[in-house]
Amino acid sequence: MGVRIERVDLPGIGVRNDILTAGGRRISVITYRSGERDIALFDSDDPDACTESIALTDDEATTIGEILGASVTLSKITGLGDTGLGLYTEEISLPVGSGFVGRPMGDTRARTVTGSSIVAIARGGQVIPSPGPETVFEPGDVVVAVGTRKGLDALVDIIDRGPR
Amino acid sequence: MHETAVLLIEVGALLLVLSILARIANRVGVSPIPLYLAAGLVVGEGGLIPLDASMEFFHIGSEIGVVLLLVMLGLEYSPSELVKGLKQAKYSGLWDALLNAVPGAAFALIMGWGPIAAVAFAGITWVSSSGVVAKMLRDLRRLGNRETPTILSVLVIEDLAMAFYLPIVSAIVVGEAIAQAAVTVAIAVVAVLVILFIALRFGKTISRVFSIHHLESLLIGVLGLTMLVGGISSELKVSTAVGAFLVGIAITGQVAEEAVRVLAPLRDLFATIFFVYFGIVTAPGTLVPVLLPALALAVVTMGTKVLTGYLAARASGVGVAGRWRAGFALTPRGEFSIVIAGLAATALSAGDPALAQYIVSTTTAYVLITILAGPLLARIPDTRWFKNAVRARASKPISTPAD
Repeated sequence: MGVRIERVDLPGIGVRNDILTAGGRRISVITYRSGERDIALFDSDDPDACTESIALTDDEATTIGEILGASVTLSKITGLGDTGLGLYTEEISLPVGSGFVGRPMGDTRARTVTGSSIVAIARGGQVIPSPGPETVFEPGDVVVAVGTRKGLDALVDIIDRGPR
Repeated sequence: MHETAVLLIEVGALLLVLSILARIANRVGVSPIPLYLAAGLVVGEGGLIPLDASMEFFHIGSEIGVVLLLVMLGLEYSPSELVKGLKQAKYSGLWDALLNAVPGAAFALIMGWGPIAAVAFAGITWVSSSGVVAKMLRDLRRLGNRETPTILSVLVIEDLAMAFYLPIVSAIVVGEAIAQAAVTVAIAVVAVLVILFIALRFGKTISRVFSIHHLESLLIGVLGLTMLVGGISSELKVSTAVGAFLVGIAITGQVAEEAVRVLAPLRDLFATIFFVYFGIVTAPGTLVPVLLPALALAVVTMGTKVLTGYLAARASGVGVAGRWRAGFALTPRGEFSIVIAGLAATALSAGDPALAQYIVSTTTAYVLITILAGPLLARIPDTRWFKNAVRARASKPISTPAD
């Protein structure tokens, strides 16, 4: 599971870390001395040049990091695969500033209204398995739910919309 | 009117105009340096509206500007980066010196300006402007590109080479007898090596003198140390600029980062004054006759810079398009060329004021041309026809695969 990261010094500016993906693309993170950072994507035609370079604020970088970290943890849980019984798992991120933050999970009334079960909550790279209705949501939580396609879609709606 | 009042009015009005010029340059996407030089030409001796009371202020301000430009340059490089850069890019550094210094020296000799001017022009055409190039790479979003570390390491080597070159120039241009000049050069080189050694070895100890928790004392302290060492270096004929650069290298780690933050606004102000002052001391009348020679010099030395960048990028295994990008990116000359010309002119002004004036105005014209043309040239490799041309050449059946 090794990932190749190449670290290159940029004298007077900062450091560049390159990640070569399994698909052969190169992604770079340029960290400036001043603490800012850019994400750069590479041209597939000219592997020396970047086509896109995006500046990220502190918050944006943290958010992207958390989402990516959570998605890795989750893909391990959901790696069991869909069963063919018409049951699916879905990862639903709590929107930024969601009204559910600070409220117990029971408030979503997921089981009652949609028939879907929340089987885990991913929080800051860790997983809370089998959360109870009293579990309180925190910002950045990602909910893992199991249910029918229809039920899950309904749950996504509820979580996106926030509590009534 | 009271003298002080006139001074405040002149400086204030000029700074206001400069601020507008800087905004225009930013809007158009070019470096503001050529506009500062042009503003200096207008308010200088023989210009449209010559300054009266504030000449002395701009003179001293420009000296502080050099000190600040160089200490910031030193602060932005860590000692380990310098050592690593030196190891990685020593050959490209050598080509760079040969390809770009020789045309400058030859130019001065052809113009019949003698050996002192030749030494000065070797440096003027040699050094790319780290400030302009680094900013341009950032603006063109090329920091992620694979040729960028190569470009930066060439800049590092040039800046480090200046630590040895500037003392040599200051010793030679003073016009001492050869034996005495050799002694001065030797003293200068030893002094640079000693400071460099102290900086690399005891940089942490020196940095500990300053506290990062008290920004005011950090600002005043670093500025004070830099001016002190700069002054002493000047006395030793090592050149103020080199002393300041070495202080910047000696200060490392978090202290350096904080120092960069607090000194940056001060550097911006005084560097502006430095460029304006160089425009001020350039007599506009002497600019016209040197325009064509300066243009020829610019064309030749931009060509040699492109070659330097191309070769350096090829040596680090960068593809054809990236080699051209590296070459064009290195073409702008700037602050160092002006520092060198200023040094030579000051030394020569007593003995041969006409020659000093020629050096100053040729350099002004030269820097104006390269700094305006450089960023434009640097965009060529991004154009579609250039990319197509590179692709067409690469896919030609006879051509050898990526040499």
